Amino acid sequence: MSSPDGTAPPDRPADPAAAGAEPRIEDLVDETSGPTPHFDALAELRAGDERPTDSTTREQTGPKLELGPVGHLGDRLFSGLARGSGGLVVAIVAFVGIFLLALAIPALADNKANFLFSRVWEPGGSDPRFGIAGLFYTTVISSIIAMIIAVPIAIGVALFVTYYAPRRIATPVAHAVDLLAAVPSIVYGLWGLLFFAPIVLPVINGLSSALGWIPLFEKPIGDNVGVIFTISVVLAIMILPVVTAISREIFAQTPVAHREGALALGSTKWEMIRMAVLPYGRSGVTSAAMLGLGRALGETVAVMIILTVPNGNDPWNPSIFSGGETFASKIANNAAEFDSPEKTGAFIAAGLVLFVVTFLVNSAARIIVARSAPGAKRPRRNRRATEGASV
Amino acid sequence: MAKRIEVSGLNVYYGDFKAVEDVSMTIEPRSVTAFIGPSGCGKSTYLRTLNRMHEVIPGARVEGKVLLDQQDLYATGVDPVAVRRVVGMVFQRPNPFPTMSIFDNVASGLKLNGVKDKKKLTEVVEASLKGANLWNEVKDRLDKPGAGLSGGQQQRLCIARAIAVEPEVILMDEPCSALDPISTLAIEDLIEKLKDKFTVVIVTHNMQQAARVSDQTAFFNLAATGKPGRLIEIAPTKQIFSNPSEKATEDYITGRFG
Repeated sequence: MSSPDGTAPPDRPADPAAAGAEPRIEDLVDETSGPTPHFDALAELRAGDERPTDSTTREQTGPKLELGPVGHLGDRLFSGLARGSGGLVVAIVAFVGIFLLALAIPALADNKANFLFSRVWEPGGSDPRFGIAGLFYTTVISSIIAMIIAVPIAIGVALFVTYYAPRRIATPVAHAVDLLAAVPSIVYGLWGLLFFAPIVLPVINGLSSALGWIPLFEKPIGDNVGVIFTISVVLAIMILPVVTAISREIFAQTPVAHREGALALGSTKWEMIRMAVLPYGRSGVTSAAMLGLGRALGETVAVMIILTVPNGNDPWNPSIFSGGETFASKIANNAAEFDSPEKTGAFIAAGLVLFVVTFLVNSAARIIVARSAPGAKRPRRNRRATEGASV
Repeated sequence: MAKRIEVSGLNVYYGDFKAVEDVSMTIEPRSVTAFIGPSGCGKSTYLRTLNRMHEVIPGARVEGKVLLDQQDLYATGVDPVAVRRVVGMVFQRPNPFPTMSIFDNVASGLKLNGVKDKKKLTEVVEASLKGANLWNEVKDRLDKPGAGLSGGQQQRLCIARAIAVEPEVILMDEPCSALDPISTLAIEDLIEKLKDKFTVVIVTHNMQQAARVSDQTAFFNLAATGKPGRLIEIAPTKQIFSNPSEKATEDYITGRFG
């Protein structure tokens, strides 16, 4: 590698590394700079390029490096354990699903009524007739009313805790709401039936006298307190903690930049919340509401205790001020009747529908959470747009 | 539409910690004043006291006076919300409201002030976007989200949003530090134009920028970490960069700082 223009001094070794000599920087510069030896910066760069070649040759003189497999016992154990647990969960879900389907399908095949659209429930006997329309209605309407009551309160509490209350009040309030989640549902049931239902009665009377012309709000004769509306309010209290906790979390994560942007325009606190906090938290609150809905749909014990089961020969009443049965309370109320495969199959089929509905609601919530989580799709796109600055 | 700011004997505290000590200065209307100084010297903190934005941080308080044409911003009965409507602010990172369209971003301040008339809103939005040198780039997509613009465009959108409410003063807290050189140039051109109508105060870490855009420059420094920041010197920009009267200023602008 001699200089093409022949300016290299003749006494210089052809390759400094091969000759074993520590190359002086001038040598390298001369060696590589070719026709422009005076361009120092370029020469230095090229000199830098030469160095790695030099050092690799030197390293090979040491003992051979241990690059074979490293002791893996802990890794193998742990990965085996992790795989095993994962597989076990999937297997359990699969077995439960298969078991339920296996028991439900024969009963469904024998069913003489329309399973989805019938309201009768006579699974016993030689001519089983059962449908889930009534159960579905009660389950869904009670959960939706619970959500309508709980979500605004949860948003209010979450905003209060994150933006209004001073810290020494906010923390106890947040803990108190979290504590609601720790109350067992049997306690909610007893409390709801014995203490809370009589309190709700005036509300029921008021609502029905104002809106009674709508079938949904038409109150049947008598002062029955074990009605759908009562259980909805109790369910609302039960789902309040989860909805509040998630909303609180998401509101607190509103970027300071958005909040200050609103405040700097001269917005009041409420205007700031409307401009910056609520739009940011909207999808988070939606998913929180759906998680709450999922919980309300499946709640069993409290519903079973509070809700009055209508007599079998009463005409069906769509009013929320009448009694009824949800999927879960129906199954729990009749657990003693699981004496024949036909009957059991009918209840299991109802349970399957509840499972599917809850699963769909939870998946919808999950999808929304995944989309809206901080650092997920939407904010990331924003960040990229901010950083990839060009006019 | 531009007012003089007179600050006298201003101390800023975060709880017990004194962040800025004894600042007095006069900022003339329709001028650009730049604040320079090392990180942590309190220049952003001080800037935020000029529209009471520092109060967003719990425990922050102020002693001293900030007069906006003889009216004390810290007098009793003065609502910080009202102060912020006359003293606008642009932040370090562009912060358009992500869920709002370009139009709604610019109109947001007006809507806060109760302007509902669609025609008036359209006029002001157009004028503000033109004022922020952004109109030609966005006029065909006013209904698109503001977050879809480039960083430099977003920052000009934020400036349009700030000037839409016709404030007396515009505060800018390192408005170009998150932008590339071309976007920075666009913002600097815009600052030059803004000073025809507004009093502009800008915090910058870029001394060339201070030299390019400002009429007067204030140098802040702090004696040591944990000590409050102080105003060392405020003078016409030419003088600060050619013949500063304080040794500390000279050291800082010539890079011999610390």
